[in-house]
Amino acid sequence: MSRQILTEKLLAFFFENKVALMFSIICLAAFFVSGMSTSLFFGELATRFGRNSFLVLSLLIPVIAGLGLNFGMVLGAMAAQISIFLIIVWGGIGTFGVFAAATVATPIAVLFGYLVGKMFNSMKGSEMIGGMVTGFFADGFYQFLFLFVFGGLIPIANERLMTSTGVGVLNAVDLDGNYMRQALDNVPMLNILDVAFWAVLIFTVATVIFKLIKKQPLEMFGSKGLIKLLVVLIPLALAYLLSFIFMPFHYFLYQDRLVGWMAVDIALIGMALYWVYRLVREKFIEKQPGVPFKPVAYLVLVIILYLLTLHPEIYAGLNHVQIPVLTYLLIVGLCFLIKWFMNTRLGQNMRTVGQNRAVATAAGINVDRTRIIAMILSTLLAAYGQIIVLQNFGVMITYGSHLNIALYAIAALLVGGATVSRASVKHALTGVILFHALFILAPIAGTQLMGSALIGEYFRMFVAYAIIAVALIMHAWQRTKSNKAKSATA
Amino acid sequence: MQDEYVLELEHIRKEYGENVVLNDVSLKVKPGEIYALLGENGAGKSTLMNILFGMTVIRDTGGYGGSIKVSGQEMKFIAPTDALAAGIGMVHQEFMLIPGFTIAENIKLGREETNPTVLSRIFGKSMEQLDREKMDQDARRSLDAIGMSIEEHVMVAGLPVGYMQFVEIAREIDKLNIKLLVFDEPTAVLTESEASKLLEVMQLIASKGIAIIFITHRLSEVMEVAKTMTVLRDGELVASKPIAETSMTEIAELMVGRAVSSTVDSEGASTDLENADVVVEVRDLHVAMPGETVHGATFDVRRGEIFGIGGLAGQGKVGIANGINGLFPAHGTVTVFGQELNFSKLGDALHKGISFVSEDRRGVGLLLEESIAHNIVFRAMTINREYLRNYGGMKLLNQRQIDNYADKMIELLDIRCYSKKQRVGTLSGGNQQKVCLAAALTMKPQLLIVSEPTRGIDIGAKELILDYLAKLRREEGLTIIMISSELSELRSICDRIAIVADGKIAGILQPDASDADFGLAMSAALK
Repeated sequence: MSRQILTEKLLAFFFENKVALMFSIICLAAFFVSGMSTSLFFGELATRFGRNSFLVLSLLIPVIAGLGLNFGMVLGAMAAQISIFLIIVWGGIGTFGVFAAATVATPIAVLFGYLVGKMFNSMKGSEMIGGMVTGFFADGFYQFLFLFVFGGLIPIANERLMTSTGVGVLNAVDLDGNYMRQALDNVPMLNILDVAFWAVLIFTVATVIFKLIKKQPLEMFGSKGLIKLLVVLIPLALAYLLSFIFMPFHYFLYQDRLVGWMAVDIALIGMALYWVYRLVREKFIEKQPGVPFKPVAYLVLVIILYLLTLHPEIYAGLNHVQIPVLTYLLIVGLCFLIKWFMNTRLGQNMRTVGQNRAVATAAGINVDRTRIIAMILSTLLAAYGQIIVLQNFGVMITYGSHLNIALYAIAALLVGGATVSRASVKHALTGVILFHALFILAPIAGTQLMGSALIGEYFRMFVAYAIIAVALIMHAWQRTKSNKAKSATA
Repeated sequence: MQDEYVLELEHIRKEYGENVVLNDVSLKVKPGEIYALLGENGAGKSTLMNILFGMTVIRDTGGYGGSIKVSGQEMKFIAPTDALAAGIGMVHQEFMLIPGFTIAENIKLGREETNPTVLSRIFGKSMEQLDREKMDQDARRSLDAIGMSIEEHVMVAGLPVGYMQFVEIAREIDKLNIKLLVFDEPTAVLTESEASKLLEVMQLIASKGIAIIFITHRLSEVMEVAKTMTVLRDGELVASKPIAETSMTEIAELMVGRAVSSTVDSEGASTDLENADVVVEVRDLHVAMPGETVHGATFDVRRGEIFGIGGLAGQGKVGIANGINGLFPAHGTVTVFGQELNFSKLGDALHKGISFVSEDRRGVGLLLEESIAHNIVFRAMTINREYLRNYGGMKLLNQRQIDNYADKMIELLDIRCYSKKQRVGTLSGGNQQKVCLAAALTMKPQLLIVSEPTRGIDIGAKELILDYLAKLRREEGLTIIMISSELSELRSICDRIAIVADGKIAGILQPDASDADFGLAMSAALK
């Protein structure tokens, strides 16, 4: 590859990621100014990443379907809080309680998402302001429900939840009493392995039986072959077996957290394997000419990242990080689910609708229905995300936990480089890391620079709102630009 | 016998309210035939196609009369999907493509190839995974079928316009049961070489037994590829015959042919105009008005002349007026009474004595929430600083002067209203147009440009406006440029008529030139 093309690609890369790069620089500067220790910083960042990523990922589908940033996600959070409250009243306990809350939240969130989607369909083009106002408006109903209906219309005898008069729910609901605090974060790896192994095994057997009944060929290889399942099942089975016969592995799996450097190494090895596979495929199987830019660039990145972890300061930091395994697995799983979903017929329809509603209609796609489904999915994921947030906190602020989530989640997504009309998993994850790094560092940097933590507080509020405002301006600007381009070619 | 015709339309009739837009139109298309459908704007072609495609507009306005048969079977299309299911496809004039998708994705849009998954067994087909390999193969086959070598996994964004047209065609071809394709002015946006390639592709498609209805204004293309043609005029079928038995001139005559209504004004005729000096010079004017682009119009207007500009919709006649008045980006030289216009300066045309009556009355011409009186004097007030009283540096409205003047204009132009204070938005279209005209005249212009002055107004108001324009020219010697889609109207009062086609002046004709000449000029075939 000639040097010119390389520079062009690098420039394109910088331009593509300008927002994220700018925030990386701000974060680095804030980090050095704050003088914060890496162990504290990494630990805090890992907690916040696990807590917030799910919520930010829930924003992707509406962006892709052309509904913009879903300020209506607050309704999903409300659904989550209603169901957590109900589960506590009904006496749900621990991890089971959290999953029960998710189950109860599902129909509520689907209903809310359907209603918001219906509403958005009648205000096409102003979904964002509509979503914001709906959030405020729904908050009124939410307060009515929690202040008056619970205890007032529906008698609830629970001193831990209700105010002394018996009408209205207390402002702070403690999840610890039901052992739901960090109930997801605390699930041991052994249990996860257990469930994963049996689930994949049952699924594989079911697939084979299904194929036998339907008299489909039981082929091993090929796009529909069993090989794909076995690639997952065999390592799982080996690990499962190993956990019984090899005691140190058993005790290792008994943990519910992974130490930071171990998690980073696992992730880096995974990344390296994937990109080596891509490199081999592009170079030797598809025989593309030249050096494949992307795999090489990523492999270099992996090596740089690995070398970075060897730095004593960073290693010490990573050594203090405790990663909740199940929560992180859920986040990774959601990332893959979204990627998978975008490649289904419905996902393709959503992309079509997002790009041009008129063309979608002409192609026989039911635009309104597709948009409603996008809203339902987003609201549902937001509800699950809020459950993850609340179990991690261990306390539900009845009248406050849901209020600012849309603001912070949207700001995080935009910091990652997403726009009103374009967002991906990559944007979401980068954004969560950068935005929350700034959140951790800003008050401390403020203290160091100005002698007041409040300055840093102001700064991070300012950043959250400013980034949203800038994104909206950019969106409007791009739209007028593309309109002009259209009229010039017409 | 039943498969002799792929499509039979019999006695189609359609009315919008009182207005009959299609009356007893019948046509029959054979498989593998290229069938040209011709007519001026408003002749009823679009309505006919809307009926054929089961567009909801038709149903919402009371349905249609007559019958549609596809391959001998009577059909009743209720929704566009019904027409698609029956094997009728459409290549749209503006592209129905998603720029962010690849060509293959666009070709298979809404008809993606998929593989079942676990979730699809539970939630239904929408959860099936796309089979991109199969989609690419299908797209490749369709592209090959129309002789396109372009790679199927290239993004549509950034493709030349001509290619987009072919992607659209490939999409229609990809539909397996396709029997009839409608091409709605497919060559309007193409370059000459792209257009000739398109005609080749159309013949290729037709040779595979797919019938084509070809809607176009370019008669030379019709002569080249079509086998049969039908001309519609004012909703009536004028003629239907094989191309071999007709000529371009005859078709042009058939398209335009209507009795020229007697001239409103015959005095002050164009006798001494030959010697009058040229007061407006337009040289190589380009205007980027969406849908009405002008690509280098050149013409002169003489003092005291009514200069008509006609042509079909979308060819750029409206663009000329908007460009001169600086409402859309324009370049070129326009000299008016010896002064050159500066397009980069907003309102320059107004300052140099040009008054413009826009075709967009409600959007550009009027302040709908304001009174008639204010609308009439508004521009004179802001541009010429008239109708104002000076109170030590503060300028306030001179209400009495405004009222007197408004009353005068209301009487002069016969604006039907209950008071000069009435909001303009509540007036009828014709009366709004009269207010626009009054406002333009208040500027005491040297040159008046009126664009589509009679669009959407009743006959009485129409005549009054045309009479008044003629009177202005006759009594005050005002120079007028009039743009109109209605040729008969132009022919009734103009001294000369320029016909615009493809953004250029295709010819400048005398009002008494033959129908054939006008028709040929409109289809850009007059050289």
